[in-house]
Amino acid sequence: MSVLADRIKEIIKPENLVYAKSPVLNDDIMHYCPGCSHGVVHRLIAEVIDEMGIQDQTIGVSPVGCSVFAYKYIDIDWQEAAHGRAPAVATGIKRVLPDKYVFSYQGDGDLAAIGTAETFHAVNRGENIVMIFINNAIYGMTGGQMAPTTLVGQITSTTPYGRNVDLNGYPLKITELLAQLPGAAYVTRQSVQNPAAVRKAKKAIRKAFEVQALKKGTAFVEVVSTCSSGWKLNPVDSNKWMEENMFPQYPLGDLKDSSRADADLYRIKG
Amino acid sequence: MTEEIIIAGFGGQGVLSMGKILAYSGVMQDQEVAWFPSYGPEMRGGTANVTVILSDERISSPILNEYDTAIILNQQSMTKFESRVKVGGTLIYDPNGIVKHPSRKDINILRVEGSKLAIEMGNPLTFNMIVLGAFLKAKPVIKLENVKKGLEKSLPERHHKLIPLNLAAIDKGQENLEVVQTV
Amino acid sequence: MGELRLMKGNEVIAIAAIRCGGDAYFGYPITPQSEVMETLMAERPWEDTGMVVLQAESEIASINMVYGAAGCGKRVMTSSSSPGISLMAEGISYMAGSELPCVIVNVQRGGPGLGTIQPSQADYNQATKGGGHGDYSLLVLAPASVQEMHDFVVLGFELAFKYRNPVMILADGVIGQLMEKVKLIDQRPRWTNEQIAEISGSWITVGKSKNRKKHVITSLEMDSSIMEGNNLRLQEKYNRMKAEEVRFEAIECDDAEYILVAFGSAARICQKTVQIARKKGVKVGLIRPITLFPFPEKIISEYATKVKGFLSVEFNAGQMVNDIRLAVNGKTRVEYFGRMGGIIPPPDEVEVALHQKLIKG
Repeated sequence: MSVLADRIKEIIKPENLVYAKSPVLNDDIMHYCPGCSHGVVHRLIAEVIDEMGIQDQTIGVSPVGCSVFAYKYIDIDWQEAAHGRAPAVATGIKRVLPDKYVFSYQGDGDLAAIGTAETFHAVNRGENIVMIFINNAIYGMTGGQMAPTTLVGQITSTTPYGRNVDLNGYPLKITELLAQLPGAAYVTRQSVQNPAAVRKAKKAIRKAFEVQALKKGTAFVEVVSTCSSGWKLNPVDSNKWMEENMFPQYPLGDLKDSSRADADLYRIKG
Repeated sequence: MTEEIIIAGFGGQGVLSMGKILAYSGVMQDQEVAWFPSYGPEMRGGTANVTVILSDERISSPILNEYDTAIILNQQSMTKFESRVKVGGTLIYDPNGIVKHPSRKDINILRVEGSKLAIEMGNPLTFNMIVLGAFLKAKPVIKLENVKKGLEKSLPERHHKLIPLNLAAIDKGQENLEVVQTV
Repeated sequence: MGELRLMKGNEVIAIAAIRCGGDAYFGYPITPQSEVMETLMAERPWEDTGMVVLQAESEIASINMVYGAAGCGKRVMTSSSSPGISLMAEGISYMAGSELPCVIVNVQRGGPGLGTIQPSQADYNQATKGGGHGDYSLLVLAPASVQEMHDFVVLGFELAFKYRNPVMILADGVIGQLMEKVKLIDQRPRWTNEQIAEISGSWITVGKSKNRKKHVITSLEMDSSIMEGNNLRLQEKYNRMKAEEVRFEAIECDDAEYILVAFGSAARICQKTVQIARKKGVKVGLIRPITLFPFPEKIISEYATKVKGFLSVEFNAGQMVNDIRLAVNGKTRVEYFGRMGGIIPPPDEVEVALHQKLIKG
């Protein structure tokens, strides 16, 4: 035992350091399941805030869902919103503090089911906020029920024989819909299934915060994510399942990269 | 002194704005005032009425069953409000469009040909001011100088050029008040 | 000092919100209170005071925008009418749970459901007993004049910040549409960031500096022992309101044999009923609760031993009457008279009810 401890001590030396957790991510042990994407995305947000030096200017809005406790992990001011209302709460904050950085962090049920109206209208107004959307096609917190983004045939606790379009309708590609809205400045879909994807996702999140600084309109980052517990797969198989099933339905890449539309395109004549 | 008034007619006849000018004039005369409209989906063409109360004292209920004065500008309002004038009170009406004239014997009844006179003046929009003039002749509860101030206060600046026309209409109403019966 | 204007109750809500230094208003149109936002939009306070005015996509969004802005220590308000307040119930519960100050105006109309756009007081229970889920109370003010619509916005913000609690102004379609003289306060400046830091610096989310711990606005707590503590703290706060904030008006009660109890527009009508009845030699008084929560139970309890009975006059099926009965505690008779569905009884109808229900009955 002491041999092992000595070996570890030998390894933990500054010159061996290849990765350090951002101080903006605190030391609490996360409640997320092994293999869950939330932890990675939390880290990316913390790193972006750290690197941009905006810890003292950033307010996060956490949702209802697995990431309800996001406020425990990232060391910034937070508001915890009612289910689906994070974009409205973020709007309220941003409108009275227009020079601060405000972001919402929401899952698929929060953003694309119960909070669809708040999501659409925040983006349509072109609120200068960042919206981070974790899409894992299932309700994790409540025990694996169908989400609006659940795939056809996918088994969940409320679609025990697989999602059936006659009964449940279609997987909602809300990111594609939001990209159509003139208030959207930057809309992208990313994932965090491997180091390269993580790096790309971080770039996208950084860009979203920069878009906010420029007040160009809403910046929206979907992260196609895993839910090992909900999917009842181990973390490695979850990643594989995501690549095989989620990516064809939710293809990665930028959907929009400009700024909110010119009002003159929509103006009355007389 | 407390004067409790109902003004009732069609939406679009200027019922609410006439009440408003009366209320503003009351303010100019340092009175307590209340203006309470019927409200609803009847924006144009439907019936509209407004209660105006002018008083030297704190005003209690803006909702009333009986009025000192009823200013009635269409048949529906006649049907509804004739019976709700206090005994010894006053009913003023424009006979235009009235098929069932007031029949009570215990109230003062006066009339003014508001619609006809407004056409004579070349501007149908003077209608409500003609009726207001008639009312002020019958019930001089507000001094005319305060009505002028009330007009200035209630009309937006860009409409102030219309004040002389409105005052002329008030004069017209004062001159053309006809007494049907007094008690 | 004290500009005198003739204004509608709804309009004056908007003007008072600007003049008292309000930071933001979020709302959604609904009859009979749409003039509140219309007046704000016409006044364009963002150009003068910097106050934010935003038309939200729903009442649900409105109250959550209020939540967000209130969490930054700002003076924020919204207004709606009954069906819209039902939609806000969730957000109001969250605000009470997160201890966020704000002012919510309910210009009541008749229900249930879509009901009618005509005036009503049928949201008394909703306002005073919660309305949303969980054990919480709003501080509820009931204006009976246009002047009080103005004054209670100013007072509402003071109380909201004193207790870190939502304050509801429970008006109705009569007071909203009524136009009366009103003395306006002079324009007060909005709070500076320094003032906000001084007043609410211990809890607001405005970005955390290096040397302080993060602030989290939340009503969530998974540990039941802590959650019970949170509830006890809230109850202690509501008890403080009961001790310090009861407001009422007693009119001609000293020699009264019968007392009418009514709030808002019903109290205005009952004032005239008192005049009518006294002319006929009936000794009637009026107690007008100004705060509905906390309810003026002490004064009612005191008069309970002196009068032959109370008549609760309210434009609903009899809601406040239960609070009167609790205060009276069987010491004298308590009856109810009211109309529903947007019918507002004139003073003489109330006088008839007084005879039928209390004097003869």
